[in-house]
Amino acid sequence: MPINAPLRKLPALLLAAALVSGAVGATRALAADEAPADSDWQSWTANANVTDMASLQRGARDFTAYCLGCHSLKYERWSRLAQDLKIPKALLVKDLIPPGETPTGYIISPMIESDAEKWFGKAPPDLSLMARARGTDYLYQYLKTFYVDSSRATGANNLAFPQTAMPDIVASLEGLKTAVYKGQVFDHFKQIAPGSMTPQQFDQFAHDLVNFLDYVGDPERAMRHAMGVWVVLFLLVFTWLAWLLKREFWKDVK
Amino acid sequence: MATTERSTGLRAPGEPLPPGATPVSKRGFWAWLNKRLPISEFVSTQLTGYYAPKNFNIWYFFGSLALLVLVIQLVTGIFLAMFYKPSAAHAFDSVQYIMREVDWGWLIRYIHSTGASAFFIVIYLHMFRGLMYGSYREPRELLWVIGMLVYLALMAEAFMGYVLPWGNMSFWGAQVIVNIFGTVPAIGPGLVQWIRGDYGIADATLNRFFALHVAAVPIILLLLVMLHLIALRQTGSNNPDGIEIKEHKGANGKPLDGIPFHPYYTVKDIFGVGVFFIIFALIVFYIPTVHGLFLEQPNWEPANPLSTPAEIHPVWYFTPYYAILRAVPNKGIGALLLLLALVSLIVLPWLDRSPVKSIRYKGWISRLMLAVFVISFIGLGYLGLQPAEGIYVILARIFAVCYFAFFWLMPFYSRIDRVKPVPERVVYHAH
Repeated sequence: MPINAPLRKLPALLLAAALVSGAVGATRALAADEAPADSDWQSWTANANVTDMASLQRGARDFTAYCLGCHSLKYERWSRLAQDLKIPKALLVKDLIPPGETPTGYIISPMIESDAEKWFGKAPPDLSLMARARGTDYLYQYLKTFYVDSSRATGANNLAFPQTAMPDIVASLEGLKTAVYKGQVFDHFKQIAPGSMTPQQFDQFAHDLVNFLDYVGDPERAMRHAMGVWVVLFLLVFTWLAWLLKREFWKDVK
Repeated sequence: MATTERSTGLRAPGEPLPPGATPVSKRGFWAWLNKRLPISEFVSTQLTGYYAPKNFNIWYFFGSLALLVLVIQLVTGIFLAMFYKPSAAHAFDSVQYIMREVDWGWLIRYIHSTGASAFFIVIYLHMFRGLMYGSYREPRELLWVIGMLVYLALMAEAFMGYVLPWGNMSFWGAQVIVNIFGTVPAIGPGLVQWIRGDYGIADATLNRFFALHVAAVPIILLLLVMLHLIALRQTGSNNPDGIEIKEHKGANGKPLDGIPFHPYYTVKDIFGVGVFFIIFALIVFYIPTVHGLFLEQPNWEPANPLSTPAEIHPVWYFTPYYAILRAVPNKGIGALLLLLALVSLIVLPWLDRSPVKSIRYKGWISRLMLAVFVISFIGLGYLGLQPAEGIYVILARIFAVCYFAFFWLMPFYSRIDRVKPVPERVVYHAH
């Protein structure tokens, strides 16, 4: 076995490693346009893409309109949100921040926790890290699998999170649907009342919201990815120089 | 004449020094310093005068890399400790504060969390190198044993560090691992309570784990690493051929197959550091969680004594032992096997009876057993991450038997194995 043979192959390995960094970003961008069947709901993917600024901005708007009433993002400041999502300050104050809150404050729901526990049985969870804790696909599936269930106090149930305490707050957008079972197995949803959105619009809504929560879970990500390229490039040059230096010194070793 | 010279303080060139005076070359700050602190002596005996075998291959990078990771962990750990709050009420929030609001806090934290896993990766590769080339054999038994103590201290350090973010997996992982001590006969339950400082994993536990993680264990770790290096300097490094280079010395008294550690291996190790940093940076900047392997998903939720994660398991670097623990239905026997798995590694130098050190010259039985061991260890590591049910338990039992067979059958198979002739001098091809 020639000693140090693996070392000669290292420059090629380094190049491969550099390419991996690009591939990591590329695979996230895969988009699925076709509408998957209801029975396959567990394989629905959010296709979250935190570089899609327009989607993040819509997600922020929709979050404040539909979620903030109950859910906080207690680790994220309004000002940070505006800065990262390129939302002008005037617009932030006018449209997003609830009256009485300041831009430097954290994104806190006005709902009082003891009230929430009284109304829903448990306080709605903080959503700052929900995308990291449960994954974006789970959140997407959760938003899209509400159905009418008269046995529940809220009148709604959910496939991704059975017996969820959350009422179907997206019903006004998506409309009402019931779950149709084939025996014990869920088969498909049946629309029983229309909402204000078409199915495509609602998919977009869910995607934007999940995308936004993905950003909130890891707000540094876009910056980290951009910076990583330069760090790795520097290290590639450094390692190449170190390799040349090593080769030069080791010429004496017979 | 003499009086004039004394008045100017000048001496004619070439004139001999007055008795008792110090020559200029031995004056100055460097000489002053070395008279008081043996820096030059250290460099000449430990670096430029320390001869290492010239035939080191890629497996010999991981010792210096382990030292590098240790330094990375110490430095990033100090900065994290400046912002981290060791209390059950604030720990989780303070980690998020570091990640989001402290300048470069996310970078420091991801380097520290990636460093923890990187530490075990380089240590496992370093240990595998030792297994392959017989680095634990006479006269390096103590070097190996001290190394194993470093490994044990590292496990304690990593476990307690893992509890600090106070996520839900931190909490339940701590619960499971601390409860292992409950299987100790007679004193078990009291011991567990003594470790926790409370009736459950609680604020007191977190607070003391912080103290141990940032002060006690790092001091022990540094001391053991120093002893490991001193023992290494005493015996000298082994090499891929498992031949003692000290047995063939040149006219200058230096080993013929040795080269000065500095500059040859320092410059080579810098290259190794470069490659390591590239991989490290790719993880830190692109996949710091490594899909739940380095930072687990349930740990993004705060510790909740009322809600267990779907699957409780320790981080990947403990899972081989965790799989052994779960492989038997009896908890006490499982814990005993876990202990035996670690003890087996420590006593390895006295199990190997082969006349040769390196796997290069060992026979097919030793090679096969080493391969079986590696597959079992990785297999157990995978199974420790899976639920303990069905085929997973059966596989864990098979792999556990293989793991122990590698060690405890070694006194027999290493003796009867047909070995190849070992060359007089190390094999080296100039490049």
